Amino acid sequence: MEVPILKQGPYLIASVQSALTDADLLQLRDGLVEKVGRFRSRGVIVDVTALDVMDSFASRMLRDIAHMIRLRGAETVIVGFQPEVAFAMVQLGLTLEGVATALDLEEGLAFLDQKIKGNERGQGPRG
Amino acid sequence: MKGAGSKPGGSPVATSESTTALLRELVAHLRQNRTGLREEWARRITEAKLLTAMTKDEVFAEATSVYDNYVEALETGTFEALQAYARNLSERIIPRGVQTDEVVGIVLLLRDVLARSLFSRYHADFDKLNRILDAYEPAANRIAITVAVGFVQERERTIREQQEAIRELSTPVLQVRERLLILPIIGVIDPQRARQLTEQLLRGIRTNRARVVVIDITGVAAMDSNVANHLVLTVEASRLLGATVIVTGLSPEIAQTLVNIGVDLGKMNTVGDLQGGIEEAEHLLGYKVVPVAETGTPAP
Repeated sequence: MEVPILKQGPYLIASVQSALTDADLLQLRDGLVEKVGRFRSRGVIVDVTALDVMDSFASRMLRDIAHMIRLRGAETVIVGFQPEVAFAMVQLGLTLEGVATALDLEEGLAFLDQKIKGNERGQGPRG
Repeated sequence: MKGAGSKPGGSPVATSESTTALLRELVAHLRQNRTGLREEWARRITEAKLLTAMTKDEVFAEATSVYDNYVEALETGTFEALQAYARNLSERIIPRGVQTDEVVGIVLLLRDVLARSLFSRYHADFDKLNRILDAYEPAANRIAITVAVGFVQERERTIREQQEAIRELSTPVLQVRERLLILPIIGVIDPQRARQLTEQLLRGIRTNRARVVVIDITGVAAMDSNVANHLVLTVEASRLLGATVIVTGLSPEIAQTLVNIGVDLGKMNTVGDLQGGIEEAEHLLGYKVVPVAETGTPAP
């Protein structure tokens, strides 16, 4: 099933709805890398809340997506890992180094706001 | 142990009826000499320095009821009552620190005391003594086994209950501020507890929407490399959930373990003590603790 990519202000949101085949992942990668330039997006959020398994290919794809998006001049954050998925991943050594992660969509948006807009929006916890 | 071959003079095999009769005679003998034998037994217990956790009177009172139960088990040949009594006795004496060897020791002492009394009573009639012992020994051994097993089972049950209680108490995940959890770990971490810690922490991060977690291991004296690795995995899994983990209070031994197993310390955020860890966490969350006098407004 193809992953829908939604444009939300300066961000792109890819919300994974069901288990992904390798082809779906490649399509997601190509779609994001292409659209981030077309929409001049500043950040990308990939929401994996619906996934209850994550294999090595999928986590490699997520890492590749994050690195490619960075080369295209935007930030990526992966959100919504289930606790069991997260622990299974690190046990397999799939730790997604260098990739930002956040608890859920809201946290991911807050992270990008802080990262990209800095203080002008005054997001993030009160200080 | 029981058989015609072992008997001098080759007397006929004792039938079950004659065993019953012998046991009845035995029980009568034991009832008759109850006071003397009981005192003798209590004296031997004190002499052997068993049950030192109990007073002399208590030992004598327990000895009396054990004696009566013992004789009853010999008489009826059923062990349920004795089993129940042994369990009840164990329940009472285990909290007072009575050891397995003491319990086994006193039951064996009783067996010896009773056997001696049989020797002295039947020493004139060697053949009869032999037959009495044939009837007595299997029953006595079974009683000893019943009591010892009852004690050990009761103790294992106590240990299991305590382990369960410790396990439930051992992994609190506490929220100290919005988005900030602390996880104080005290005592030995075995693989099972490590798994449970991870599970509770990851779940806690989700339910409390935590951004920073402080794991304080001041109370952990040492950990093996398996557990240390598990800790590192937990830190990384927490990061995947979007939470930063700060580990505080690493003892010198644990620091050495982590370095020896080659943990990548770049991924581990460590601070000396819990206070420093919480300060660092507040900094990450953008909090700043200011004395009331400086803010100009009274504290809420």
